[in-house]
Amino acid sequence: MKVGPFRAMRLILRRELSLSFRRPDQLLQPLMFFLIVTTLFPLALSPELSLLRDMAPGVLWVAALLSSLLSIDSLFKGDADDGTLEQLALSGHSLSVIVIAKTIAHWLVSGAALVAMSPLVATALGIPAGAFATMMFSLALGTLTLSWLGAIGAGLTVGLRRGSVLLSLIVLPLAMPLLIFGASATDRAIGGQSPAGALYFLAALCVFTSTLAPLAASVALRITLE
Amino acid sequence: MWTWFYRLASPPYVYRTAAALTPWFFAGAALMIGYGLVDGLAFAPPDYQQGDAFRIIYVHAPSAWLSLFAYTLMAVAGAIALIWRIKVGYAVAAAAAPIGASFTLAALVTGSLWGRPMWGTYWAWDPRLTSELILLFLYFGVISLRQAFEDPARGDRAAALLGVVGVVNVPIVHFSVTWWNSLHQGGTVMRLGKPEMPGSMLWPLLAMLAGFMFFFGAVLCMRVRGEVLSRERQSAWVREAVIS
Amino acid sequence: MQADAPELTVDKVHVWRGERHVLRGLSFQVESGQLLHIWGPNGTGKTTLLRVVCGLLRPEQGQVAWAGQPIEHIRSDYQAALAYGSHEAALKGDLTALENLRYAVGLKRRVGDQELRAALDRTGVGACADLPARVLSAGQRRRVAMARVLAMRASVWLLDEPFANLDAVGSALLARMLEEHADLGGMALVVAHQALDLRRPVRSLELCA
Repeated sequence: MKVGPFRAMRLILRRELSLSFRRPDQLLQPLMFFLIVTTLFPLALSPELSLLRDMAPGVLWVAALLSSLLSIDSLFKGDADDGTLEQLALSGHSLSVIVIAKTIAHWLVSGAALVAMSPLVATALGIPAGAFATMMFSLALGTLTLSWLGAIGAGLTVGLRRGSVLLSLIVLPLAMPLLIFGASATDRAIGGQSPAGALYFLAALCVFTSTLAPLAASVALRITLE
Repeated sequence: MWTWFYRLASPPYVYRTAAALTPWFFAGAALMIGYGLVDGLAFAPPDYQQGDAFRIIYVHAPSAWLSLFAYTLMAVAGAIALIWRIKVGYAVAAAAAPIGASFTLAALVTGSLWGRPMWGTYWAWDPRLTSELILLFLYFGVISLRQAFEDPARGDRAAALLGVVGVVNVPIVHFSVTWWNSLHQGGTVMRLGKPEMPGSMLWPLLAMLAGFMFFFGAVLCMRVRGEVLSRERQSAWVREAVIS
Repeated sequence: MQADAPELTVDKVHVWRGERHVLRGLSFQVESGQLLHIWGPNGTGKTTLLRVVCGLLRPEQGQVAWAGQPIEHIRSDYQAALAYGSHEAALKGDLTALENLRYAVGLKRRVGDQELRAALDRTGVGACADLPARVLSAGQRRRVAMARVLAMRASVWLLDEPFANLDAVGSALLARMLEEHADLGGMALVVAHQALDLRRPVRSLELCA
């Protein structure tokens, strides 16, 4: 009996999640990176909470972008190295199905974990608890969008030996609008203003990339698989 | 009906057409830039606010326009090559990328030189300059990606795809940067290329724009010939063309 | 297995790898029930040929057709009907042998663990089913990959050096598998350096530099 695309996605999602949970170190490393980078700023700037609070949304967002990028590098690399990516590509399902399932799995173990941990970092940076909801929601949208953009970059650089720096070079300029809207939403929530405008833009970007990025990433994979 | 299209895009045809067009483009560029420079620098009246400093617009605005034009051209050529498997498209995209990056750099440098008398600093986070800077990063990504592949054919296709993704992103970047800037600065920064510019200032600007386009066309033709030659170096027509 | 016996046609395929013109107008046809042994010195494009036939690599010129249709047009049906064994075993070290099969085969067709275990038993690695693939030897990994091909129940097998790392028993087993596959009306393209020792006729294709 033929396997439908949704069943295939569920199967790949299960595969990715069980692979991630068998390698907890790889799961935790980007989160630790996130923690450490956010610790650098108070040390470099000042321990003054009032000053940190002004910087906090930016610091948080830059750290979140960098740590998500760190883990997206391995999205296709592991499978390409051991040959299982070819098996997936020849499974009779469109590459978009594979990209969607793998990217969602990646976001669940990296982005969602980062969102869950962000209140901890936010407290240390002096962000008031009242802004947590906005911050977490904007981070959730932002990291998901970044996962999609990262999937394109990872697809383009998967065959390259030293692709990880190049991946950042490619993806970071694409991610700059995210940083603008995300940090601004958090900033406005801290200042007690309505973050709705920035959140709408973030949501629009998220929907936009969710529709187009799987397509672009599957073309990228087809190019690099040859 | 596609045959004429493919013949038009065949490497020898493109190579010869580019060779034939180059002198005409150079002539157009010399004429237009010559007129624009003389008229713009010597005869156009000084700006009532900025004095003679505004004259850098005659280099800055055409560079900025061409930085976007070259990126779009690169993306379109890449998309045509990807979709219809027309290899000459990759040669055009590869030829356009460094030229476009140079224009972007020129726009950034002239913009910051202009900023010195206007803002009292070489760099202000003006939305146009900032999106120009991000455009430069996008160019860097495309150029480095092409070079990172050992197999040039794959590098071409990967760079073409990234160009297409980038060209979708350019308006988003521009919009978000403008939005970000208005949030922080309240729109006090000057604007370039206002349409209410008087004709004595506008004509040399349009001439410079046309001149820069011609210059871009000429350099593009030369680079496309180089790219086509190196890509087709195994084929018989190249041997004939080079020997004859 | 299809009743109307689709055939696989490779028609004037040209592939360049950078400067090298690897495949120069290669044409051949394989019908169901036929086995094709592809051999030749290193670097003559054997793996490239398999990648072209399975649709991972698009040839610069020429085409591959299955049942009369170019494979780009029927990609998902075609790929659902083929099993590709690359020259690495293509197993995830962190997953058990059984899980590896569950995900790889499960994307092609609905399959239960019983059947997968039976396939692993058949290739002699049933005892390793619940061990992570990382701890298996190269030969055992190769046998797991054989079980995967078997469990996919594909009509087209494309095997790249399937005999590498196999002991005498394993090689004989693989030979029997190929015979059975052909008897049931399947076709196989096998890249191998040694002669195939089979009890049925094998066509052979030599690639030269």
